[in-house]
Amino acid sequence: MADYTIKVRRFQPESGEGPYWEEFNVDLDPSLSVLDGLLQAKDREDGSLAVRCSCRAAICGSCGMKINGQSGLGCKTQIGEAQELADKQASATGKGGEGNSIVIEPMGNMPVIKDLVTDMESTHWTKIRRVTPWLLPHGEPPEREYIVEPESMIDITQSMACIQCGACVSSCLSMEADHEFIGPAALAKAYRFVGDPRDAETHERLHDLADDPHGIYDCTHCFSCIDACPKGVAPMDQIMRLRRKAGEVGIEDPNSGHDHEIAFVKIIEKKGTLDESLLLQESFAPGIKGKLKPNKRAIREMLGSIPTAIRGIKTGKMRSLHKLIPGVHPKLPDQDDVKTIFAHAEEHSEEFNLYIKGEEGELAEDDVEKGIERSTDPDTPQEVKNG
Amino acid sequence: MAENIKVAYWPGCVSRGFTPELHGSMALVAEKLGWELVELDRANCCGAGVIAEHNQELADTLNARTFALAQQTGLSMMNICSTCQGAQSECQQRLDADSAYRAHINEVLSGQGLSYEKDKGGFTNKNFLWLLVEDYGLDRLKEQVVRPLSGLRVGPFYGCYIVRPKERLGYGKHPDRDVYLEKVIEALGGQVVEYDGARKCCGFPVIAMARETSLRQAGTHVGDAIDAGADCLVTPCPLCHLNLDMQQPEAAKVVNRDLGLAVLHLPQLVGLALGVEPKELGMAKHIASTRWVEERLSAVAA
Repeated sequence: MADYTIKVRRFQPESGEGPYWEEFNVDLDPSLSVLDGLLQAKDREDGSLAVRCSCRAAICGSCGMKINGQSGLGCKTQIGEAQELADKQASATGKGGEGNSIVIEPMGNMPVIKDLVTDMESTHWTKIRRVTPWLLPHGEPPEREYIVEPESMIDITQSMACIQCGACVSSCLSMEADHEFIGPAALAKAYRFVGDPRDAETHERLHDLADDPHGIYDCTHCFSCIDACPKGVAPMDQIMRLRRKAGEVGIEDPNSGHDHEIAFVKIIEKKGTLDESLLLQESFAPGIKGKLKPNKRAIREMLGSIPTAIRGIKTGKMRSLHKLIPGVHPKLPDQDDVKTIFAHAEEHSEEFNLYIKGEEGELAEDDVEKGIERSTDPDTPQEVKNG
Repeated sequence: MAENIKVAYWPGCVSRGFTPELHGSMALVAEKLGWELVELDRANCCGAGVIAEHNQELADTLNARTFALAQQTGLSMMNICSTCQGAQSECQQRLDADSAYRAHINEVLSGQGLSYEKDKGGFTNKNFLWLLVEDYGLDRLKEQVVRPLSGLRVGPFYGCYIVRPKERLGYGKHPDRDVYLEKVIEALGGQVVEYDGARKCCGFPVIAMARETSLRQAGTHVGDAIDAGADCLVTPCPLCHLNLDMQQPEAAKVVNRDLGLAVLHLPQLVGLALGVEPKELGMAKHIASTRWVEERLSAVAA
């Protein structure tokens, strides 16, 4: 048993007062959870402390909250670990010492109803419904079950693990800046259907999510949702898969998302290192030397970048020919070697090895004997092909 | 005294592009610290997550090539960019987890006389920040300080790629990696400013696709740091620097307030404490003026 101080951000709408902090002293084994600590405080000190919970085993997804600023589940975070983090954070800012308060707040990016209970409906569920979270099958459903290759479902097992707790939404840094961002939970859910071989509307789904200014290209790639998710869904990775699939089926979005990606890839293929001016130009006006096709938004973006460029020239930051003129950037001495790598990797029409399979030796040895390539392409069963 | 630092050095693209002051100041600081940097001038872009988004195997092979070039020197590798750190760590994790996949990638590299070997001679790839704290040591750093940053209030800004995901970035073995900037600021004699944005996103990855989302993030963090009393920010990531410094006037328009906060690259902050002049560190190349920082330090003789 050990003593802990939990500092809870409280809010009671009926009081007419704003939110405030309250500390509770609790006494429990370090291996027990932060939720156990909260329930003890509720039991012994203040029955009005509101927290949503049910299974206490990281299955129901009810007890999403922020613990020392990190979004996660109260029931899956050991109070001893939370104490270590609180002390580490205090030491970083010179406060130091042990036994610092463990700070507990309601989830972010959503309204608070009372204490740690947030309104999941207005943000989380509304966004989930936005992505049509059900199967849109080909034609009439079969009389009995759908028959699919088990391997063709591997690609979506990660997104299927979601328990709808909202921890990723709470942690999302794009949503902090743009409340309309569809967000990590809903986009991971979208990939669950985009990657499903039974779904007939893959192209329409991808077009919808790529065209929306608050869709897949509004994700700022900050990894917050990956660390927040208690079930290993890695929502950001699912968003990157949506982008990759959108590119593969040739969707040209109005947000320059696909153009930016292709411009980046082509520049590295040609030069080896990044030509920033060319990236800017090609992201907004791809193929300017060939067919000129910037849309209105792209022209606005290009013009909008001029003041920044002028400031860069003034300070000397961008005062050299290869930074000012797109395409003048020198290529690497061994650029042919880089090109060989591109030619080889682009040959594979299928993706493989997207998932970390575990530590060396656990799963890999078997593959060495059989050959090496494995596919996650839904049309290709997960059999071994020769490399 | 511990061994001197000698590493294969990957400067990245942006440090030689729109933030040339970073590459220059790193060279000066290495000289002051007595570090030997063997520059990987044949190495390629890390892909910054964008190439991985396009084709994972391509990103893995490109970075395996960089690791192999570093291993040819017989040294571990250093980068000066959070984004390089994150993008390269992602590929390294995938390569290290699967010997068959590694063999497949090495087959492509073998034509170039290259091969990436897991853990070869204890091979690591570390950002300057990690190397400074873990290999050089804060005590040795303190001994080198000739101009303590006394009274300078510095807000740390890490960059996402160097703090998340924890499991990939070695936080199991080095749990304090997300408080190293604070430790370095203190070791240099400065004062850490606590504000909301230190480990948040600068917004740079979506500057071309979602400009307002991007600049709102940069502007919010710079504003929060100003409100918390910061004299400047410090970052180990040049991409963060682009959004926090180069785009700062544009970010100010989006968040609708005056900004004007100096943003230093990590080697610049270290360099100031080691007695290097602001001009030599390229601080005049910044968009947000660094004059206030220089004035505060001029009271302390170098």
